[in-house]
Amino acid sequence: MSIILETKGLNRSFGAVIAAKDINVQISLGEVVGVIGSNGAGKTTFINMVTGYLPPSSGEILFEHQSILGKAPRQITRMGMARSFQVAQLFPELSVLDNLIAALVAAESPRPSFLRPTRTPIRIAKAEDILEEFGIPHLRDALVSAVPQGARKLIDIAMALIGNPRMLLLDEPTSGVSVEEKFSLMDTVMAAVRHHGVTVLFVEHDMEIVERYVSRILAFYSGEIIADGPPAAVMADQKVRELVIGHHAPQGGVRKRSAGQ
Amino acid sequence: MKLDKTQGALLAVTVALAAAGFAAPYWLTFLLMLALAKGLVVQGVVIQMRTGLVSFGQGLFFCIGGYGVGVASNLMGCTDAFVQLGLAVVVSLAVAAVLGLLMTRYRDIFFAMLSLALSMILFGVLVKNQALGSTDGFNVAAQTYLGWAPGPHQQKLVSYLLTVVIAGIAAQLIYLYMHSGVGQISEAIRENEIRVEYLGLSPRWLIYGNYLVAAAISAVGGALTAFATGHIDPEMAFWTTSGEFVFIALLGGITHVAAPFVAAVLFAVVRTYALEFTPNTWQLILGVVLLAIIIFLPKGLWSLIQRDKRAKA
Repeated sequence: MSIILETKGLNRSFGAVIAAKDINVQISLGEVVGVIGSNGAGKTTFINMVTGYLPPSSGEILFEHQSILGKAPRQITRMGMARSFQVAQLFPELSVLDNLIAALVAAESPRPSFLRPTRTPIRIAKAEDILEEFGIPHLRDALVSAVPQGARKLIDIAMALIGNPRMLLLDEPTSGVSVEEKFSLMDTVMAAVRHHGVTVLFVEHDMEIVERYVSRILAFYSGEIIADGPPAAVMADQKVRELVIGHHAPQGGVRKRSAGQ
Repeated sequence: MKLDKTQGALLAVTVALAAAGFAAPYWLTFLLMLALAKGLVVQGVVIQMRTGLVSFGQGLFFCIGGYGVGVASNLMGCTDAFVQLGLAVVVSLAVAAVLGLLMTRYRDIFFAMLSLALSMILFGVLVKNQALGSTDGFNVAAQTYLGWAPGPHQQKLVSYLLTVVIAGIAAQLIYLYMHSGVGQISEAIRENEIRVEYLGLSPRWLIYGNYLVAAAISAVGGALTAFATGHIDPEMAFWTTSGEFVFIALLGGITHVAAPFVAAVLFAVVRTYALEFTPNTWQLILGVVLLAIIIFLPKGLWSLIQRDKRAKA
């Protein structure tokens, strides 16, 4: 299968602290990869480096076989790699519809018009379709600041998907979402992801979510990848059980949150 | 082209103001001329405020506009109003194109202070420059219009009509801008610049574009002020002048295209009467008005109208 994202010898340090150490990863087209690790393990640093927010100290990052080192996040987004955030990054004083319309405008051109109207019937219809797809059509005219946390996460991910990326990075999609909501949220997200045919890499602390939705796991500890493989194999890995999941986790199906939570 | 409700209302007000020029006393048309010209500069401030940036130095471009007219008239011997306006805009855009490269790197108070510093540099240069009239500035010769030189009485009317028409056109264009891609993304930048970047857009490019538009429109305001008063001086770039534009922007709010014009007219009326009745304490009255606006109407006077609309809905 063709490789969509590859990192070679990726390192990142902050003074004496090593946040990423010799990260070598290959993600194939169509994979759904989960990234696990306790707090400070280097998961978000990895995402931030891959999306251009943080330059690596050394190493190489290839997206669709092209180097993306030194590129700004907007350039990487335009190349086809989008991301969502641990804390949903939205425009709180705009309506949900206007948030999506802003994303549609951005997706259409890197140089928006100074005079042509944004709220065209075509864009409104597209935004309404997206709201329908994500199961939140009733929030169309609500201000983002007034919608619940779970819906904000969905809007955040919907905005990332609007530009039809080929790869999507989700940073803790269920953080801050209630236990009751998390599976329905992930079902909605994964249905949309499958519909768009996007390769996904997502950081998650919740092992139930990871086990249910991913086809492969990368386990981080202290800036290094300590395990990489199918969920069952990684979850059974002794190092992962000790350093990421916790000593007392039962083997063959972890039901508690990780040590990082 | 079909006009919506706001565009129709803006057109109607423009026509009404133009018609009023034939009947209204000169003091009123003069007050309106200055208020509309200032309103244009305030539009420049508001355009930047929509991205979350407050320019405390918009007097820089207001002054460039005024001096563009003065230099064209007195040093180049060109009295045509349209050429003078064109020169004012071109020079202002050229200056903004260079300064914008620096300004767009800064946010918040740093942007505000840097804009103020740049306008004060122009003030300092003008004050020391004898050829440009030093602290006194200089008078500007009456304008001609495509070769036509109106008489003294006609001149006032023509100048007023030109101001009203330009303000009307600017209002229509700014209305389109506010509802355009750039207008909407500008608001998005104010709310969350990181998200805009991750949507694949360059916030800096958008802020730069807004800076240029604001510079051009402020220069037009400065040029029209020079037409109205027939005089320019370095005070146009002084920080208190820029502060006045911010004051008017806060007074009106940033949510509607008409707000800066309405606020500029209100400001002119309040100042005129405050000066008339309490010549030594008029600043105090303006200060109290601003305080009241900030406390009770933080989104400006226009929020009163929006609140009323929401209540009716």
